[in-house]
Amino acid sequence: MHEFTLIRAETDEAAVSALTAHPDARLIAGGTNLVDLMKEGVETPTHLIDINGLGDLDRIEARADGSIMIGALSSNSSVAWNADIQSRFPMISDAILAGATTQLRNMATMGGNLLQKNRCFYYPDHNARCNKREPGSGCDAMDGVNRMCAVLGTSDQCIAAHPSDVCVALRALDAIVHVKGVEGHRAIEFADFHKLPGGTPHVEFDLAHNELITGIEVPGLPFAANSTYLKLRDRTSYAFALVSIAAALKLDGDTVDDVRLAVGSVGTVPWRSAGAEDAMRGAPATAATFSKAAEIFFEGAKPRAGNGFKIELAKRAIVRVMETLKEQAA
Amino acid sequence: MTKQIIKMTVNGEVQEVIAEPRELLIYVLREKLGMTGPHVGCETSHCGACTVDIDGKSVKSCTMFAAQAQGAEITTIEGLGSPDALHVLQESFKEHHGLQCGYCTPGMITRAHRLLEENPDPTEEDVRIGMAGNICRCTGYQNIVKSILSAAAEMNASKEAAQ
Repeated sequence: MHEFTLIRAETDEAAVSALTAHPDARLIAGGTNLVDLMKEGVETPTHLIDINGLGDLDRIEARADGSIMIGALSSNSSVAWNADIQSRFPMISDAILAGATTQLRNMATMGGNLLQKNRCFYYPDHNARCNKREPGSGCDAMDGVNRMCAVLGTSDQCIAAHPSDVCVALRALDAIVHVKGVEGHRAIEFADFHKLPGGTPHVEFDLAHNELITGIEVPGLPFAANSTYLKLRDRTSYAFALVSIAAALKLDGDTVDDVRLAVGSVGTVPWRSAGAEDAMRGAPATAATFSKAAEIFFEGAKPRAGNGFKIELAKRAIVRVMETLKEQAA
Repeated sequence: MTKQIIKMTVNGEVQEVIAEPRELLIYVLREKLGMTGPHVGCETSHCGACTVDIDGKSVKSCTMFAAQAQGAEITTIEGLGSPDALHVLQESFKEHHGLQCGYCTPGMITRAHRLLEENPDPTEEDVRIGMAGNICRCTGYQNIVKSILSAAAEMNASKEAAQ
């Protein structure tokens, strides 16, 4: 591995000023994604700023208004097994436990999960063209092995799918990302945090180089107590999703009163469809309604040669999850 | 690049080593401290052969810089048992043929040890889920699961006997 300098940041301000001073620095927390990319020479930071010493950032605070503030340095394990998360937002817990393995969940942090890189085969491969790794070089996934790639939010520059599990749940719950920079604090809506590839697929986040994620706020949503996360993959453990569903459902008798629905691994960012949710609100809670919403969700999807199967798979998964939540609600 | 002194407690003994920031924990444990129990399998955090216990949690030591273990308490397979006094899990793996080539075994047992600390009376499913981060290329999972369940039963029985 290349040589680099390690800086230990003791305060948020020190981390931000170290980033400001070193344009090719990276923060390191759990390191589960970054260290692998450094081994492969995809990430070559001159400085690593170790933020594990920022004491207050690993707290999980359940508030009286039903919201929960998750410190950016909270490990995936600590969030998944947190009793308040499990009772208020089970989809978050389900999503985390569906991903990786115990060892990695112990190491990986929530802030890091928001920034995790895509898992397109061509991204870490220096022999392949990739517009995310090397802007303007081209995209070998377009006509190559694209079984895992996205069908929504793609551009002619990039079709890499967003790989995170928990980000799908956070998208469904309208989480808010809190960051600290030189200018102070900023709050970013989850929908705006991950950027569509468009003509600049290497620009992935609404986050400046010298900004530090400090926390993820999940606003109170009482009916999210009836929520879940379904992950479909090639094997039942330790694999990225082919498609995944994060959903919450509130019934009023036999009618859908309110609903949240996000789908993972089908979009270049965690995907949500206002049209699909609107189609369910006020409609009878039936398979026909859920199926219609699933159709709307995938309107405009653009499959490539290898990933068209995801559309039908996800549509059926949506119906299955909504039926499960309906039974749970009754 | 500037080397640093890293102080950590490994299997109960305080150790000081000098390492560059880019040195991975697994190599420092193996090559500088002679703890060759944790193995380098895939070096991409997939296989779990490098599993060690840090501050009471299972982690993959191939995906961590040694410098990040500053001040940590680390347990490797060497800290669990010795050839003269095998740990219950080691006995159980031996008894139930929980290993074939043995390459994954130190990581398996180190992870299983922590799993039983977290959940002393696991179901078969708990064991399979809890061990998902450790891969056996000989695919001897059946006997690995059997070994862990048997060790759990034995450990619980001796705990009850002691009470």
